Order: sequence, then C-alpha cells, then structure tokens
Amino acid sequence: MQIDRIAEPWGTRTPYGPGEEWPTRVDTHLADGVAPEDVDRWVQSATILHSNGDGLDIAVQDGEIVGVRGRAEDRVNHGRLGPKDLFGWQANKSPDRLTKPLIRRNGELVETDWDTAMDAVAGRAKELLAEQGPSAISFYTTGQLFLEEYYTLGLIAHGGIGTNHVDGNTRLCTATAAAALKESFGSDGQPGSYTDIDHADVIALFGHNMAETQTVLWTRVLDRLAGPNPPQVICVDPRETPVARAATVHLAPRPGTNVMLMNALLHEVIANGWVDEEYVQAHAVGFAELQKRVADHPPELAAQVCDVPVEQIREAARIVGTAERLMSSVLQGFYQSHQATAAAVQVNNLHIIRGMLGKPGCGLLQMNGQPTAQNTRECGADGDLPAFRNWSNEEHVKDLAEVWNIDPMQIPHWSPPTHAMEMFRYAEEGSVRFMWVQATNPAVSMPELGRIREILAQERLFLVVQDIFLSETAQLADVVLPAATWGEKTGTFTNVDRTVHISDKAVEPPGEARPDLEIFIDFSRRMDLRDKDGQPLVKWDDPEGAFEGWKECTRGRPCDYTGLSYEKLRGGSGIQWPCNEEHPDGTEHIYVDGEFWSDPEYCESYGRDLVTGAPVSPVEYKALNPSGKAVLKAAEYLPPHEIVSQEFPFQLITGRTLYHFHTRTKTARAPQLQKAAPEVWVELSASDAADRGFTEGDLLEISTPRGRVEARLRISGIRPGVAFLPFHYGYWDEPSGHQPDGERGRAANELTMTDWDPASKQPIFKTAAARVERLEKSTGTPSAAPTTTASRPVSGDVPPTVGGPAASATEELTTVSGGTR
Amino acid sequence: MKLGLAIEELHRSENHLAHALLAASDRHKTDHEVFHVARDIARWSQDHVQALAAIGADYGVELDADPADDPSLLAGLRQKAAEAVGRRPEPGMLMLADLRHIHREAAGVSLDWELLAQAAQGTKQKELLELTQRCHPETLRQMRWANGKLKASATQVLVS
Repeated sequence: MQIDRIAEPWGTRTPYGPGEEWPTRVDTHLADGVAPEDVDRWVQSATILHSNGDGLDIAVQDGEIVGVRGRAEDRVNHGRLGPKDLFGWQANKSPDRLTKPLIRRNGELVETDWDTAMDAVAGRAKELLAEQGPSAISFYTTGQLFLEEYYTLGLIAHGGIGTNHVDGNTRLCTATAAAALKESFGSDGQPGSYTDIDHADVIALFGHNMAETQTVLWTRVLDRLAGPNPPQVICVDPRETPVARAATVHLAPRPGTNVMLMNALLHEVIANGWVDEEYVQAHAVGFAELQKRVADHPPELAAQVCDVPVEQIREAARIVGTAERLMSSVLQGFYQSHQATAAAVQVNNLHIIRGMLGKPGCGLLQMNGQPTAQNTRECGADGDLPAFRNWSNEEHVKDLAEVWNIDPMQIPHWSPPTHAMEMFRYAEEGSVRFMWVQATNPAVSMPELGRIREILAQERLFLVVQDIFLSETAQLADVVLPAATWGEKTGTFTNVDRTVHISDKAVEPPGEARPDLEIFIDFSRRMDLRDKDGQPLVKWDDPEGAFEGWKECTRGRPCDYTGLSYEKLRGGSGIQWPCNEEHPDGTEHIYVDGEFWSDPEYCESYGRDLVTGAPVSPVEYKALNPSGKAVLKAAEYLPPHEIVSQEFPFQLITGRTLYHFHTRTKTARAPQLQKAAPEVWVELSASDAADRGFTEGDLLEISTPRGRVEARLRISGIRPGVAFLPFHYGYWDEPSGHQPDGERGRAANELTMTDWDPASKQPIFKTAAARVERLEKSTGTPSAAPTTTASRPVSGDVPPTVGGPAASATEELTTVSGGTR
Repeated sequence: MKLGLAIEELHRSENHLAHALLAASDRHKTDHEVFHVARDIARWSQDHVQALAAIGADYGVELDADPADDPSLLAGLRQKAAEAVGRRPEPGMLMLADLRHIHREAAGVSLDWELLAQAAQGTKQKELLELTQRCHPETLRQMRWANGKLKASATQVLVS
C-alpha cells in the first residue's frame, strides 16, 4: 500500500490489545524510479534522526544510497519508520557536503589537505598543553556519533590529554534524564522498555510530545489506542500536541511550574493511600521526607500556581494512582524547563511509591532526544567517567586507570566534569583556548546566540569543527574537518530502552571525508598519547577493535556489553544491555524485584542538591542509603528566574517539530521534510491573537532583552499567555550565513536566556519572558507551520500539510514469526 | 533566659548572609550559576529573617520582618561592573573569595541555629525548636553550595 507519509506521519493503524504482540508493518521508501528488485544490497543499520533507535536496512544501488526499509524483525519498530527516516537519508548525497579539510588563512576558510589540517590541530593542542596545561583544552561533542567514537574520544580527552572539559550537546537535550536517574537509582540506565507500551493500562507523558519526537513509538501507542482495552493517556504539555488530543486528561500548566504540579500529584497519591507501602518499605529510602514535602503542595495550591483546573489535577492523580501497569516517559517539557531535575525526579518518585518498576507495563523512561545520546553518557563523552563509573569514588577511578593502563592521577576527577555551559563560560573569560566541536552546532542550538557567536568568534579561541556540512558553527572555525556520517562508516549505538544496534557501512564517504573514529585516532597518534608502558594509548584502529575495548571497560558495570559482538548484532534484532554471560540475550527489564544499582560502592553518583546543585558527599550518601535502595528525593517549588512583566508579557517556550531534527543540517536537505516545515513560525493562542487583533500569517516580532526574531503567526491550541518558537531554524541557508541579516533573526535561541538547572546543568529553553508585536499584517497567506502536529491551526482556512507523490512510501502488513524479543 | 538575645543574633547573621549572597550574585552576573543560585538561596535566609522576627515577639525582642534590603542602585552597579570585566579571568579569584566568605558566614549562621536549637530543647520551647528544625537544614545547604561551587571552580581559576 502506498501512503503519503508527510500527510500521515504515523501511517496506517494496526490495532492490538494488552499483552498482545505489536503487529509488523514494513515501511519502505526508495528513490524515484528505483524498484525493490533494482537494489544491489540491503545494509543493516538503525535510525539516526531521533532517539527511537528503529532498525532499518539501507538500500544500495551502484554504490549509492537509494532508500531505506524498516527491519521487520527488530524489537523496537517491527518494520516501521518515521518520516525523517524515510526521507532524511537523501542529505547524505547533498552536493554541499564537506569533502576536503578547511583551514583559516588571512581570515578566510580555504581548502587544504588532511596533514596540514591535523598538524594545525595537534600543533595548537601541544602548544597550549606546554603553555597552560590541559585546562586550556576542551571538547564539545554530540549525541549523533557512534559508541566507538565516543569511547575513543573519552579515552583521548580524559586519559590522554587529562582535561576535565569534555561534554556533548546531550547537555542541552537529555542531561536531565541522566541526572534524574542518578538521583533516584544511583546510576544512569533506563528502567523501562518499549514493550511496556504493549502491557500498560495507563501511559503518562510528562512534557513529552512523543508523537513528534519519537513517531514510531507513538505509532505503537496509537495502535494500542485503536485496539481492545486501550490504555488511558495522561499528557502534561502547555501545547495542544497530538498526545494532548489523544489524552484522557491533558494538563497544560503554566511554564516553569512542573515541580508544583508533580508535588500536587504525589500529594494526592499519598493522601488517597495509593502508595505500595510494602514496596516502599523494602526498596526505598526518603519516604517520610517526601511525604512531608508534598503535604504543603495540595492540588488547590497547584491549581493556582500552575493555572490548571483542580479537578483535572485530581483526575490525573486518580488515574496514575490507581493504574495497575503505569508506563511513564519524560522529555524536554521537563528537562528544558525551570527546576528540570527536581521535576523529572518526581516522576521517578511516582513510580517508586507505586511500586511500578521492573515488571511488564510498569516502564519508566527518562527519554533521550538524540539517536546516540545514551552512548555519549555511557562512554564518558559527556564528561562522566565511562561505563557509569563514579568520579568521586577513588576505587572506580583506579579501576578505570587499570583498564586504560595509565596512572589514576592522569584521570581528572578532582571535581565534577565541566559541563558545556561552563566550558563556554571558560572560553568567554579566556581560560579555555582550544575547543573541538563535533557534529553539533552551538551557534544555533545554544541559548543566547548573540553571546555564543561572540565567544566562538574570538581570535584567542582556537576552534576546530568536525562536521558533514559547513554549519553556522563551522563558518566560525579555524579548522574544519570533513566527516563521514551514518551509512558511510560502521559502528554501534544504543537507544533509550538500552537496545544496541549495529550500523554498517553501506557506501563510501564523499571526497576526502573521514569517519570520526579515524580522525580521533589520527589526532591521538599525532599527539603521541601513550599509556604507562609507553604503548599507544588508543589500542585499536577500527570500529570493531574499539567496540571490543569498550566491552572490557563495561565488564561488571550496569551497562555491561560483554555478551555482545558485531557478529551477534548482525542479522537479527537490536539487543538490550546488560548483555553478558548471565544474560546472553540481553535484558528487557532492569530493577526487577526492587534491586537497584545504588549501593554506595557501585553507584555512578551520590547525587546532588536539587536546588543548589552541590554534590552530595560520599559520607552523606552512605548515611542516607547504606544498602542500595531507590532514593525518594523531595523538592520544593521555586518561582522561575525570569517572570513576565508589562514589558514582556508572554512566556516564551521553544521546541521541535516532527519534520526536522536539531538545526536542520540533514532534514532541510531532504526535500519532502523541508517542504513540510520550510520556515520558522510563532504560535499564540486564539485568545491572545484576538486580544491584539492578530490573524493567522501576520508577521510578528518576538523579542526578549537578549534579541529579536521575526516569524509568521500560527494560531494554535497553545495555552494562553505562552508563545512557542521552533528552534531548528538558523542561517546556513540564508544569505547571511551564520548570523541574522539585520536586526531580527530567525533562530529561537536569539531570545533564550543563559540559565541552567543546577543539578543536571541542562540549559533552560522554556522559561523566558517575551514581547510580541506585529510587523506586517498578513495578506491572507497563512504561516508555513505544519498542520499535522502541535502547530495544527485552530481556524479552518489553512491548507493541510501534504507531501504529494514525492512523499509516497510503501507499507506492507505482514506477520513475522519471532518478531519480538 | 537569653533566648531573645540568641534570636536577635541569628536575625542579624541571617540578614548578613542574605546580603552576602545577593552581593556575590550581582558581582558575578556573568557567572550565571552563581548569579541565579545565590539569589534562589538568599531567599531562604530572607525567609528565616521573617520567621525569626515573627517568633521574636514571643521572647521580648522586636525585630524587623523585612530583610535588610540591598539598595537596587548598588546592585545595578555591581552587575554592570561584572559585565564590564566578564571577558577577563581576574574575577575568578574574586569569586573564590566571595564563596569562601559565604561559606564562613553560613557556618556562623549554622552555629547560631545550633545554639538556638539547644536552648529551645533545654527550655522545651516546641514552636521555636520546630523553627530551628525547618531552617537549619537550609543553612547547611547554603554552606554546601558555597563549598561545592568553590571546589568545582578552584582548579580552573588557579591553574589557568
């Protein structure tokens, strides 16, 4: 069956009931004129334009990628693919790929050869090491490389250079997921599994617009909703998202008040006796403190603070409080908002006090945003020590030093790792003088762009950018290194439910572009980094060697990969870690029977104060949690740091749309996706628009004390008083290149504030005060926002978003034996 | 009984601590975490000042419930000065000094709370004891914050 997957992002329903297997539906899209029988080879991989980790095969014809097909046997997607996967692969062969290294000469970036470029990078690093030491060197990586690359990078940075300044853009996306899991369970690692959707009777999505961020996972929910005995859905989101439209109860709190709302829900659950007391008694610490804290957060108070009807809070609490199999997921609505970790932790608390962990249907996911963010965290490319080792546990540092065959003193562990925002601050004040950015675009994705551009453009900062296109950030670089991407290199990566996939090389990278792993190893050799026996520090020269090295590093740790191999990952479905001798086929649920990884000697972290961010000391942690239970951590509500005023009366939130990823580097180069959401828009509610006489399509100026943006108005179902801007749009496809052309830009982050959650260090993108004014009345043309998503118009005269024949994909409904694992 | 005196002393030291936090916040406006967190937790001290003033009446001391305010003109000046030197490394040393000062102030406040708690226990003053139990943990958190932040910032400031 052919279907327009721009118009129908979730495709056709295949309904199923609780406890049944999700039916298989194989989605395929091939380039125009290519038939399945024309394909020379199908090469195994998984999806990389979101975090879901759907198994797919890449179609290759005459040495080129010509399409993709979902893998029917994969446990994650049962054959399905989302619109970004079906069309995004076209970006690989975009004519403006970087094919040669670039170096800045007389102020201009000019083409050069690899030797010159890498000598410049290694040369500057050596100079600075001699002059200032490792504190001058920083690495800012991504959530989009492969596991092997992150592990190698972490080894080079921590074990070789010895710098504490290593982080990824995962800091902007899911640092709070990791932080919340560490607070509650002592370690990162997701309690849930996607199969929990098959069993749940209640699915609660906290600030998680799953329909747009993980389309295939939402398809699974839609299929449950279309089947017998569907689950009830709770949605917490200030926008009228597709999730909100499907929800039994939709809570749309005032931005910045998540902790208040969560405390009120917990208040109701406890007050009504819906607590699994036996479970709490046996498996958790901190209940008395939590009970005391939420006692002064009754629903009546939350109703006022959050501006949500009190009956809705009570109803939502009743549904989660009486659920038999509660599945929850949390995302940016919590992570990128005020009191991020404190709010996300309250969702963990809900699952702990209800005993909803480690059983089918009782899944808890602190969702990821990027395809390989889990690996950034596991491998230590976010600054943490690899395999969830604890930087403040001397034994863990010693153990890691043994794996790496170096002196423990070489591994920086005197304080928490430098997070991205701090790294940029150090560059601003001049003590970080070398920054190597990989596969990310801080010149568009970080808050307060005017400031970020000034930092990146400083003469005194040596900026290396490794990417596949000349991004806004790359335009400011001293050296640009052209990288290979998905489909052009081999590696593995892990999604949020701990499923590891292999992604094999299908085609050659363009021109002289090289796999990121090769670039890192080249750097290590040029720096002559060695272990304590004088042998090369990096002991591998290919992805499989790196994977084998990683396996050893994970032995006995929560994310145990020792039972996996490239061979085992090829051919079938992805496999969930921990996978070792004890669990050779992987592990669907962790935390079975209330067993956690939070023992003081084993845990990844002792936690932090949720308000001040101060690390909890080993002694305090041992006193609090001597026997490795789950930690119920209470949090008080604090008012947001920027509040609305007469001058700035709107609360500004930023976010995603279904058709784009990150700063559109790939998705804007896939015609079907770009056409679906071609330009920036701003959303306001119908009542706010009416108050000001605005109509659909008016050109508005949105401003904060930090900058101005212009965008056409979409009148949507968003909460009154709130303005929404998608953050994908930058300047690389505008004449001005890397910055606004004139006084108004189109990047949402011109407006956002520099502020972050003290516990997770994740920047806050969803709590700023803004002013909105009309620049130009619409001539009748609506804004170009998609109509299929949360930006759906409330008035009826906007043409629907469609893809036409170019967006046609095949759906094949089949049943495959052994489809789930 | 000298409970009134202890309350008065604590009222004074909490006011000092709030002031130290707010001044440090302003001075380090370009260090965003210090700027925001110091303000958030200064609120705890201001709340303690109010509570102490309220309970002080029972012990014969008349205290101002309004926290000693920082004149906004000065705050503005400090913030402007912070922005002017935000591109230079020298304020790093000043920040370490400020954090050290806050830690010492908070340690003093913590001891004052301990004294008051002991006295309240000894004289079976239930309401006063409850107040110390509510407030003292927040003082300890202020102290740990200054300590933790100092630890995290010291290396970069001192080795660069």
